[in-house]
Amino acid sequence: MGEKLLEIKDLSIRYTTDKIISRAVNHVNLSVDRGEVLGLVGETGAGKTTTALSLLGLLPKYTSEIEGSIEFEGEQLVGMKEKQFRKIRGKKISMIFQDPMTSLNPVYKVGEQIGDVIRIHNKKMNNIEIEKRVGELLNMVGIDAGRINDYPHQFSGGMKQRVMIAIAIACNPDLLIADEPTTALDVTIQAQVIKMMRGLQQQLGSSVILITHDLGIVANFCDKVAIMYGGEIVESGTLEDIFDKSRNHHPYTEGLFGSIPNIEERSDRLKPIEGLAPHPSELPEGCKFHPRCPKSMDICRAGDNPPVVANGTHCIQCYLAKEGK
Amino acid sequence: MSEEILLECKNLKKYFNTPRGTLHAVDDVSFKLEKGKTLGVVGESGCGKSTLGRTILKALDPTGGKIIFEGKDITDMKKREFTKYRKDMQLIFQDPFASLDPKMSVYQIIEEPLKIFKVFKTKKETEDRVIELMKTVGLDERYVNTYPHELDGGRRQRIGIARALALNPKFIICDEPVSALDVSIQAQVLNLMMDLKDKRGLTYIFITHDLSVVKHISDDILVLYLGKMVEKTDSDTLFAKPLHPYTKALLSAVPIPDISYKGKEAEVVKGEVTSPIDPPEGCRFAARCPRATEKCFAKTPDFYEAEPNHFVACHLYE
Repeated sequence: MGEKLLEIKDLSIRYTTDKIISRAVNHVNLSVDRGEVLGLVGETGAGKTTTALSLLGLLPKYTSEIEGSIEFEGEQLVGMKEKQFRKIRGKKISMIFQDPMTSLNPVYKVGEQIGDVIRIHNKKMNNIEIEKRVGELLNMVGIDAGRINDYPHQFSGGMKQRVMIAIAIACNPDLLIADEPTTALDVTIQAQVIKMMRGLQQQLGSSVILITHDLGIVANFCDKVAIMYGGEIVESGTLEDIFDKSRNHHPYTEGLFGSIPNIEERSDRLKPIEGLAPHPSELPEGCKFHPRCPKSMDICRAGDNPPVVANGTHCIQCYLAKEGK
Repeated sequence: MSEEILLECKNLKKYFNTPRGTLHAVDDVSFKLEKGKTLGVVGESGCGKSTLGRTILKALDPTGGKIIFEGKDITDMKKREFTKYRKDMQLIFQDPFASLDPKMSVYQIIEEPLKIFKVFKTKKETEDRVIELMKTVGLDERYVNTYPHELDGGRRQRIGIARALALNPKFIICDEPVSALDVSIQAQVLNLMMDLKDKRGLTYIFITHDLSVVKHISDDILVLYLGKMVEKTDSDTLFAKPLHPYTKALLSAVPIPDISYKGKEAEVVKGEVTSPIDPPEGCRFAARCPRATEKCFAKTPDFYEAEPNHFVACHLYE
């Protein structure tokens, strides 16, 4: 613990199409230590997935522009050559995609799909060794190794997601990016998958970036949390920093918590955030959240972003945040 | 029982014939729904929630049982006669990506029911109504001529809701209406639906797999498992004192956004939903149930009143 694995500094990503420029990610700073689980929380269009794709060098080549720095194990990932990136992708950084139903190739056996990753990164392994490793991986994710020759359609949604996880952990990656891994699953299956992922994370010691919109999963699984809105990180800190209601919070974070129906108490109405999240092509001036913010002031509407106020590990990007408690 | 019953289902069944046998999608479901109340129907994928909704609306023909709407048996009603009731019963679909015609603009989609039922005589009136509906559901007017593929999931679902509201129905079946939406938008939509309910006296059947949502919006909750009713009671009781092991498992699987729960291993139920094709005699949850006994595999439990107004189908409480 404590050793820096990934450091993102002032990362901005823009997508350009014919006329529209989408500022998907704006001046993001993030760091992940070895063995740490970071929760990246935000709504659709907040830039979570774009951030993740930039770590894997999977952004569209001709329509995206990337600025800033991503340092992974001391190596600069921004501007890295595709040839070098291939050695990292799948081996050191791997990703679990959101939708297991569409992420697996329907015409290949799952064993082959898991084996592919191993084959690419371990040229010296022969087929028998690979098959043995695939069997081990299937066991690790709770699937009977005898199903190695089954096709994806023979698996249920939860099982497919387990196969995806097996592919992602095939080369013991240092960093695992899980993009909404349980959104498509039922609650009881979600609980199984989260429990399994937590077990694997501890067993393998990988760092995880968990992208989600479910604060319940974050509370269960993560060490650190970063909350994204409009391509920016509006609040970040340890789990305690974010979930302690007595502390100062960004109004967006408060809104997120107010939007969740509480299973333990009965309330008449939720307290949602008014309005809609802005499209990344039409982000407002000043604080990106001000049009929806119940506490917005004149100062929020103009000029630059509000300053980031830090209290130890807890950072808030808001004019209302105060130093100290 | 002085309240007016809007909808009643009696032993409703829907089976599908498949090459591998008969699929029991909805098996013996009975309930009464009072006017202005909300019934939450909870269960995992494949438990027959959506089929139940569709059967009630007669989008599917029931295999057995009765559907009584406003005191009238609509089970075997002819299509022509049923049209009258169709206006009062609407459905909000689950997947806003698949349920909207990609070749129709937002305006056309919302306008369609108004056109079919010839609600307005002039184009102006129809236009005003469409705009009003868009405002009601929080859709910006500038989207009126866009197509569904240009909009995100949240906005698409609002179109679906606007369309369902177009004919001022009495009763709406909401089939996972918020499961595809972001939390802040989800809360807006839920509030909107509750406001509409209060304002227009709507009655809902709210189908969902999200227990925190169902608790928030429902008066009564019905838990389904593989087409069978498992537990039914009012929403407070269900959350405070669940009886059936499946309900308990469902409740403990919900991740709670509070760090005091971190590290506490929730009781994770093993296995996955078994096949609903030709299910054997016995409790359908028995294979996954942590408290299953031999009796559970041998005999199907009845759905009985274990406590006042608290129905359960489990041998444990007999």
